[in-house]
Parts: sequence; C-alpha cells; structure tokens
Amino acid sequence: MRNPPDAAAVVERALSHARQLGAAAADAMLVESDGVEARVRDREIDFVSQARERTLGIRAFVGDAKGLRSALTSTSDLALAAVTRMAEEAVALARATAADPAAGLPEGDFATDLPDLALFDPADRVLEVEARIDCARRAEAAARALDSRITNSEGSQVSSHFHRVVYGNSAGFFGEYQSASHALFCEPIACENGAMQRDYWMTLHRRIGGLEDPAAVGRRAAERALRRLGARRVSTCEVPVIFDPLTARSLLSHLFACVSGYAVYRQTSFLAGRIGEAIASERVTVIDDGRRPGGLGSRPFDGEGQPTRHNRVVERGRLRGYLLDTYSGRKLGLASTGNASRGASSAPSVGPTNLSLEPGTQSLEEIVATTPRGLLVTELIGQGFNPVTGDYSRGAAGLWIEGGEIAHPVEEVTIAGNLGEMLRALDAVGSDLLWLGSIASPSLRIAGMTVAGS
Amino acid sequence: MNDTLIAPPASFFCDRFGLDNGCLTATLGTALERRVDHADLFFEYTTEDSVALEEGMVKTGDRRLSQGVGVRVQAGERQGYAHSDEITVESLRIAASTARAISEGPGPGRAVAVRSAVAPARNLYPVTRPPTDAPVDRKVALLGEIDAYARSLDPRITQVMASVVAQHRVVLIAASDGTLAGDVRPLVRLNVQVIAANAAGSRRESGYQGMGGRFEIERVFAPEAWRPLVAETVRLACLNLEAVPCPAGTMDVVLGPGWPGILLHEAVGHGLEGDFNRKKTSTFADRIGQRVAAPGVTVVDDGTIPTRRGSLNFDDEGTPTQRTVLIEDGILRGYLQDRLNARLMGMAATGNGRRESYAHLPMPRMTNTFMLAGSDPPEDIVRSVRRGLYAVSFSGGQVDITSGKFVFSANEAYLIEDGQIGRPVKGATLIGNGPDALLRVSRIGNNLELDRGIGTCGKDGQSVPVGVGMPTIRLDALTVGGTEA
Repeated sequence: MRNPPDAAAVVERALSHARQLGAAAADAMLVESDGVEARVRDREIDFVSQARERTLGIRAFVGDAKGLRSALTSTSDLALAAVTRMAEEAVALARATAADPAAGLPEGDFATDLPDLALFDPADRVLEVEARIDCARRAEAAARALDSRITNSEGSQVSSHFHRVVYGNSAGFFGEYQSASHALFCEPIACENGAMQRDYWMTLHRRIGGLEDPAAVGRRAAERALRRLGARRVSTCEVPVIFDPLTARSLLSHLFACVSGYAVYRQTSFLAGRIGEAIASERVTVIDDGRRPGGLGSRPFDGEGQPTRHNRVVERGRLRGYLLDTYSGRKLGLASTGNASRGASSAPSVGPTNLSLEPGTQSLEEIVATTPRGLLVTELIGQGFNPVTGDYSRGAAGLWIEGGEIAHPVEEVTIAGNLGEMLRALDAVGSDLLWLGSIASPSLRIAGMTVAGS
Repeated sequence: MNDTLIAPPASFFCDRFGLDNGCLTATLGTALERRVDHADLFFEYTTEDSVALEEGMVKTGDRRLSQGVGVRVQAGERQGYAHSDEITVESLRIAASTARAISEGPGPGRAVAVRSAVAPARNLYPVTRPPTDAPVDRKVALLGEIDAYARSLDPRITQVMASVVAQHRVVLIAASDGTLAGDVRPLVRLNVQVIAANAAGSRRESGYQGMGGRFEIERVFAPEAWRPLVAETVRLACLNLEAVPCPAGTMDVVLGPGWPGILLHEAVGHGLEGDFNRKKTSTFADRIGQRVAAPGVTVVDDGTIPTRRGSLNFDDEGTPTQRTVLIEDGILRGYLQDRLNARLMGMAATGNGRRESYAHLPMPRMTNTFMLAGSDPPEDIVRSVRRGLYAVSFSGGQVDITSGKFVFSANEAYLIEDGQIGRPVKGATLIGNGPDALLRVSRIGNNLELDRGIGTCGKDGQSVPVGVGMPTIRLDALTVGGTEA
C-alpha cells in the first residue's frame, strides 16, 4: 500500500513551521479516515464504496497579549511542500484578520488522562466486506418477508468507518485517539391501493458486535413503513403531541443550538442570559457527557485538547449552564466546558458530545394510553426552527390517538409552537432513551401544539 | 496559487501529478479486466476560502485545499467505487482493483482509447483568475463596509454577521467510452445575516440574504450588488419584529417570484430524478405523458445558464449539461438522468449526474429548476385572493419522494385580506403533496425570476449547489402551518 509520513511528525512539522514564520501560537490536527460502505437493494449489490482520506488543519495566531489574529488552513496533500505552504498561508491569512482579545489557545488545563472510552475494537479492523454486505441482505430480506405489502425498497446499507485524530498545539499539548463507527440502515417501502410509504430503522455502534441483529432491524423498519399505510390528514386543531425517541432527539438538537456558547454571546438564542431560570418543566434534565463509554459522541479530549467532561445543561427544568469552547467561554467570561468540536479543516466551534434528556419511567405505550386525543409524531420534515425566537413549525407524519389508542396514521400536517413554551408544557417523559448518535432522547409529550391539516 | 491557473484541466493534472493519457488508459484497463459496463475516473483539485465577520470584526479566515480521485466501475445495476486523496499511478491501480470487485468473472479485456481532452463547447463561467486568488484585504474591506452600512440603515440592528466564500474547482473525467472532459468551476457566495431588536430589547428577530454564482468575485465587491442585498436583509429582520403568528389551516397561497421556486425543487424536482423512477420508489414513477400540473405549467431544469450557481459545462460524468423539459403545459415529459439510470431505463443521459466531490458517487441531481412565465400581472394575482397567504421568501424545504409529501418554511410572508397584502406573519410552513400541488396552480405571473444564487441541495448525504426560479403563482387551497388554530 502506501508509505505515508508519520502523522505525529506531520503535526509537529506544521506547528514548528508556523512558529518559525512568526506565529505567536498554533495548533494542528490531522484526521485519518478510512472505511467501506455498501448498499443492497432487491437482493443485489447496489454499490460498494471504499475510502481513504487524510486531512491536516493548521491554525495560526499572530499578535500579542492585546489581541491575536487567527486563521486556519487545511490540506489533503501531506507532502512536505504542501504542509509548508499551508503553514505559510495560515500565518499570512491570520495577519489579514482583526486582533481579537478573546482569540487564542486555552490557557491550560489540557487533558492529562486519556481514558480508554471503548471507541474502537481493533478486531473490527479485520473487516470482511462480504460479511457486512450479508448483514444488509439479511435486513432487507427480513423486511420483505414480514408482509406481502413490502413490495419495494430504497435498500439496506452498511458502513464501517475508522478514524484517527492527532492533535497538538504550541502550548505543549499532544494527544491522539482512534474511533470507529459501524452502522446498518434499512429503508423498505410498503405499498397498498397504489399508495407508497417508506420508513427506516437503523443500528449504530462503535463495535460491529454491538450492532442489533440485521433481521430485527429489517422487521422494525418494515413495521414502521406498514403502519403508515392509509395515512390521511386531520382537521386543524390544538392537541397534545407525543414525539417518539427518533423525532424527540430533534427537539434536543434545537435546544442544543440555543445553549451553544456562540448563539448565546451573539444573542441569537432565546436562552441567552437565562442561566438559573426555570426554562422547562421539572421533568426535564439534560446532560452532556463527553466520556460515556462507547458513546457515539465520546472523545478523551475536545478539539482544543481540553478534557471532555460531564456537563449539566438543564436540571429539573432549570437552565444550569451553556456548552462552551475556549473562545465562546471567554466571550461570556466563563471557562470552556470541553465542548470544542472541530474537524481538520474547520476551526473549533461548540458541539455536543453525548447530549441526552434523562429518561422517565413510563413506556411510550403508557404515554399514549394516557392521551385522550392527540398526535404521536414519528417523522418530521423541513427546517422550521428559529433559535432567535424559539418559534417552531415543521411538517409531520405519525399516528393519531383517540381514547388513548392508536386510531390511524397521519400525514401532510404541520405542528407548530415555540420551543420555550413547548419545554414548559412538556408533561410526560418516556423510559425509552435511544442512542443513535451524539444526541438522544426518550419519548416526550407536549401538552398542546397547533396541528394544521385540512 | 498562480500555478493552479488557469491551465486546461488535462494538462493541470498531467503537470501536477504526472497523469498522462497512458496512465488513464492503463487504469481504466485494470477496471475493464472484469465483465463491466462502464468505468470512469474523476479527478478533483479544489481550493476554497472564506472570510467571516461578526461584532464588527473579521475574526477568521479559512483556506482549504482538497484533492483526490474516485474510480468507479459499473456492472448491470451494481457500482463499485474507491476513492483516495492520493493521486498517484499506484493509488489509481489499487482503487481500480477495489472498484471492479463488484463484477463477477473475467471480462473480455478491452483496450480503451481515451480521446484528447474535450474543452467545453461553450464556457458558461469564464473567469480571468480564480476567485480564491482575490486579495484577502479586499474581502476584509467588503465585510467591514457591509457591517457599517447595515448598522447605518436602522438603529435596531444589533448584530451583523457576513461572510464571503470562494471556491475554485478543477475536475477531469476520463471514462471507458473514451470520454475525457475537463472543467474549471469557480463559485462565489456572499452571506449576510443581521439581528434586530426592538427598543425595549424584549424581542429579537433575524434576517438573512445571500447572493452568488459562478463568476468573477469582483461582482460581489460592487456596491450596486451588495448594498441592495444588505438593505433587504435589514428590512427583513425589522419586518419580522412586527410579524404576528401565522394562522393555521387550508388557504389560497400566492408565492412571489424567484426563490419560492424551491416549491418546484421539492414538490416535483426530486421526484423526477432518474434513480427514484428506475427503482419505482418515486410517486412520479411510470407517469410520463400524464397530467401532473395545471395547464400552463411548464417546468424545466437547465444547467446551461451562464454564471448561475447550479450551472455546469459538463456534469460530473463528463456529459454536457442541457435544458430538460420536465413538465410541459402540465404534462409530465421527462426525468433527470445520470449515465447509470439512463442506461438501465433505456433513456438518454441529461447531464444531471452530479457529486459533491471525488469522495462521492454521482447521482441524478437538479441544476437550475424553474417554471416558465405565464401572462398574469403579479398584482392581479394577489388581488384575486380574498383571504390567504403571500409568501415571498423561504428558509428551506424537504420532500419524501415516496409519499410525495413536501414542506417548506417561509421567512417572509404576509396575510392577504380582500386582495390586499396585509400584516407580516412569522412561522408559516407550507405542506403539500407533490403530484397534486402543481394541479392547484390557478394563476401564473408574467414575471419569471431566478433566485440570487444561494441554493444548496442535499440528497443521500451529498450537497451540491443548485438554482431555482419561478414567476409569481397562485396555489388554491394549500395547507399552511402556524400557531394560530
């Protein structure tokens, strides 16, 4: 194969070159990725794709204690000449930006312990592509076998990706970690009386062995598509709205957008300046945990070398803290919360690690049973959320509830409200917390939202 | 970076990476040792930079260099793909061996004769130098002027965020049918967002506008280009301070010209992409020749409009772009095709095979999608509505191509009362059913406009720049989502 330059040496070279050119400080991140993806459709292989990528990002700061100017360059060409040129361009570009008193590397408190967070199993490296494709086949076959109305499919997809992150800065921090993510996704189509409905189910894990059984994924996907057959609109009304875990996590990602330090100091969040206030029902506790073992958002250190940690965002309805990197923390007079998120080719910003809403005790079925009339949302489409005001309005599909029971599927409706009011009106939290990424939620019920239909 | 420009792509890749026609032919030959229908190579060298302002300061500058090659092999419906950020003879050989693994059994072993590089018959976006070569000081100065101008227009403006993004992409496509096509693609974008607060500080609203396309970056430096854009952004944020909650329910809707053409993109465009129709997962499958829109509605996808964001000289498979009629006077006429789906459906490729980068497989994608003008004066269309919604600008949309349900969110909309434009409303979301939405078109304006060059379309995790356009239209009885039941 190829004989690449050592990753650590590339990072060191980038840093030392930036310093030689006059940078007051610098950091560099090298991300190596490789992986395979495949899709099976109608029992046949649709595509198989293999990838290898390496990208180096160099961030340079020039200036003095009164304020630093910064810029970032990145390259997928790691030859010495390219690395040298990108370091030069980073320094030159930084000189063109404004001196910013809040810019710069963290002052200290870099991660010293790099715990094994179970993000990668070396055994999975010996990857049999055929075996992974077989999983996709089994998922699709199980979906089709469940019911004769499953007549078509967008396919069943598997992927395995491996990453290595190497980060160093001129303040003396140097660290690296490896991670992997493996996924199986199945998207069958149900057909009845000429109408088609698609839906999906998926499983995602740091280890191949942790993935759900392919046949179970296929069956679940098929059940979800089948229950949408015969969907219709409902009349415009105001009713309780239940979000299943898949859709509820989108509410949590909206909440994240409003507690991110950047939105707060820019005043583009309706939660700016509200630390300590009751912003949600007492049922709501939201945690961001950067070191959850095997977590899909876990990492031993963040994008600036700060240790990741356990942050309380909302505690029993009260806003406890924002999520911050060094820059947004300085703008707010606060310390970083270890939430700097970056790739090789982007400067740090704030990202969630493993952000979740603490589960309650009721099953989704119990929540439905205690809802006289309402909508259970199973899919949301469109981008109708405004973090500045909290205004919320999105397209939805799901199941109509009458007398505590599922009555019929619903489509082509919108649900609308305001996130601030929705969080306060949250009156049921499920026990079914579901991790399918770095943001997770159990089922949630909002006491009243406007459903627009016919 | 003057060495990147502006050499013809074939000689650019040859000079930089030592790739000559012999190497391309040998790589394709490796792929063709198996039983395959088609193989191609996609080389890319992209430079992108961005400069951003907030709080009155240009705080950051970024510059990204991305290079790589994707090798693809097709056998029947199967595709094998391998990509690498290393562009060497050895990495090409490995990628070709990986990609061909999807094919079963040895093939006849064909010799490929790659033709000499084809220059575009017409260059839709000639520039004298890459937009990424513009001096950074000029971009910094522009952003400073934008900040000052926005704040001077209205004292309620509390935040100005602006960025200028430039991209210069060189691609070369070599295929087993002898295709060798190169393209140099500039792309420029200016973004402006402002926050307005009322006097009491109790209410904040935002406004966003952008402009862009495949042209010289100097075009966005011109005050006559950016000043109206900034004024529009400020007006929008201040207007939203006065906006009332949108009523929910079924009502007649008038869409303004230009960017609301996103309706076409979501309601019909995606559903007419060849892959979904070959697989019959689109609600439009097998409906060519049928009525899918009201008489008078003609929708085209046109990748050949000079300097537009969605335009391309060649698509990412080396097929020249074209103007494709999708719906003609309300009748479904055609699909958008890449090579794979065109071959499998026995249709012609339409120059819509696009990919985000060398790291992605091509798929059928839109370019610039718009509705042709009708004959109604736009004022008459608004006047024709007794009670309804007038939507002028949207923040985005999405479609489920299987059920046909689509949604899009307005960020500038007004109530219409007795034919008059009334109060601004916020949070209006329109939802409908693709195959029936365009049957509800009852008036078509004489004022076709294209958007300002800000569209980005996502499909299967891949983003590509697109354009939309539309005249003012009236849609009867569409569902509008809002908070006022």
